[in-house]
Amino acid sequence: MDFLIFKAPMLMVQASLDGILLGILFALIAYGMALQWGVMNIINIAQGDLVILGGYIAYTIYLWGIHPAWGVIISPIIMFFVGWALYKLVINKVVDRDLFISILATFGIAIVFQQLMNFIFGADVVVAQSEYGTTMLFDNSVTLPNSKIFSAFISVLYAVALVIYMKKSRLGRAIRATAQNARAAKILGVDTEKVYAATFGINAALCGIAGALISITLTLHPYVGLPYTVRSFMIVIVAGLGNLPAVAVSGMGLGLFEEFADYILGTEFRIGAVFMLLVLILVYRRFKLSKKREYLK
Amino acid sequence: MIKQKDLILYSGLIILGLAAPYLFSAFKVQLTYLCVLIVLAMTWNLQGGEMGYNTFGNILFYGLGMYLTASVQVGMFFPLAEWTESGGEKTFVHTTAQYFQGIGVGLLVSAIVPAIIAGAIGYAILGLRGHYFAICTLGLGIAAGEIAGGIEIIGAGQGFTTPPFPAEIVDTEARGKFFYFLSFALLVGTFIFVKYIYGSRFRLILNAIRDNEDKAEAMGIQTMKYKIVGWMCSAFFCGLAGGIMGGLIGYIDSTDVAFDGREMGVFMVLMAILGGKGTLWGPVIGATLFHFFKEGLWTLILGWQYVALGVLIVVIVVYFPEGLMGWLREKYPERFGEVIDEKDRKAQVELK
Repeated sequence: MDFLIFKAPMLMVQASLDGILLGILFALIAYGMALQWGVMNIINIAQGDLVILGGYIAYTIYLWGIHPAWGVIISPIIMFFVGWALYKLVINKVVDRDLFISILATFGIAIVFQQLMNFIFGADVVVAQSEYGTTMLFDNSVTLPNSKIFSAFISVLYAVALVIYMKKSRLGRAIRATAQNARAAKILGVDTEKVYAATFGINAALCGIAGALISITLTLHPYVGLPYTVRSFMIVIVAGLGNLPAVAVSGMGLGLFEEFADYILGTEFRIGAVFMLLVLILVYRRFKLSKKREYLK
Repeated sequence: MIKQKDLILYSGLIILGLAAPYLFSAFKVQLTYLCVLIVLAMTWNLQGGEMGYNTFGNILFYGLGMYLTASVQVGMFFPLAEWTESGGEKTFVHTTAQYFQGIGVGLLVSAIVPAIIAGAIGYAILGLRGHYFAICTLGLGIAAGEIAGGIEIIGAGQGFTTPPFPAEIVDTEARGKFFYFLSFALLVGTFIFVKYIYGSRFRLILNAIRDNEDKAEAMGIQTMKYKIVGWMCSAFFCGLAGGIMGGLIGYIDSTDVAFDGREMGVFMVLMAILGGKGTLWGPVIGATLFHFFKEGLWTLILGWQYVALGVLIVVIVVYFPEGLMGWLREKYPERFGEVIDEKDRKAQVELK
């Protein structure tokens, strides 16, 4: 283990830029998770697998000869209906129940998704070539794929659009009302069932966008969903529900952490570091709260 | 004291267990699996069922036990690094005595070290509640697998070959029998231990923690102490189960065999829920049913087994969260010692 990164400052710049651009993508997934967690009180373990499925949709249209960037429009539309169907099939039965039931049920969904994707798309690591080229910075010592810049730009665009939609539209207001108090919203004429379905659909659509972006910036594989779930979970518990700027910041922080962990610990420990960070964050919060005789719940 | 009816049941089961490898000699490996699955389900039930702490992290102790047993068994006699580097080529061969000494000491270590680790991390982890605990332990199990997959001395990504069974033993069936009886002994030990817990004050405390931890604390119970002890008990038996499985499988991979959250880690939760969590017999029945289902059906639906597993999880969790024992209890409450006021029951029916 040689800490090359501390010897070459340009690597530091490289890792920081990579991390921030990646983090914006994570923040988009985490925003979806925060939305459904806040509205429906469900932790969706299948979140990462929805992301990967969205990525495979973009990859499929790439195989058909269409530029994979169109995936950021097509994939969320398909994923919205996937999310809607998933809600109608399973999620609506676990909404009001114990959170552990939703965790286990979505864990089951995650396994089904992984295996089906394995059948349909194969177990190979795939990537859709966007052919956007790369940008060279600082005398060619820092390389930045344009696809990463593109993905960060699209993520911000969609996030801003969604925030405006949630503020202004009728459905957005219904969703926010349901999040505040489902019963009161129901009494006042909000069709909460429809709101839940729409929320889950929007969450899946966000995953679809993130997946399409991942298909051009990173790689796809049927079994890499869970790390995305854990990353978004981590971002949400650090940022809190419904605090979008904090979600963005902690997403970038996580991206930075990962890139630096990659350089310092080595790539083989990257995923391990992510999961250990989750444990450490939870333990840290547990000790912080226990000083006030409170606990995480 | 044990009632006469129970005595017949238990002695019958023990005789069946002892005779099983001779009766079904072709299925010895499956029977060993069954014993280990039951042990895992029963120990998971101590957390998930009795204490209300739904852990995905017991797989951590199982995997640790597996690596520890194999490492001790090799490391006692040969340099560990060279063994793993040769990747299972037989540069070193254990003699019969060395093999059994090694596995004996290895199992001892694999029981004690996970229990100590559970105690050490318990204070930090068990302070979390509800779904935070579930997710945290899920992260812990997967992190362990990923980290073990990066450590060179225990084989890293290419895996770790456990010592082969000594070739000097002429009896070809001996290996299967050895591991079966080892796992059966573990099963009996675990069952006796869990049954002892079920009759003790300890279980009542665990139940109090499950039902309302704040109230339990207000009653003067040091909940953290009992939570840690409960987790240490689980870790002890999970470690042993892992050690036996490592020897049986003969090859340890970090994420697919040892810290196998996708299979064992989910199985133990599923089996306990299928049978009915919070009961003594529930996990036993659940594990047995699940194992029969798995072995019987998985060959028929080859390739689709994980899809079937996922669907099974969703169906069980969504529609039968109380499990088999819970369903029986609702159907025949008298058998479970619940007294039901007939009038009250009828009145409730009329109200509907």
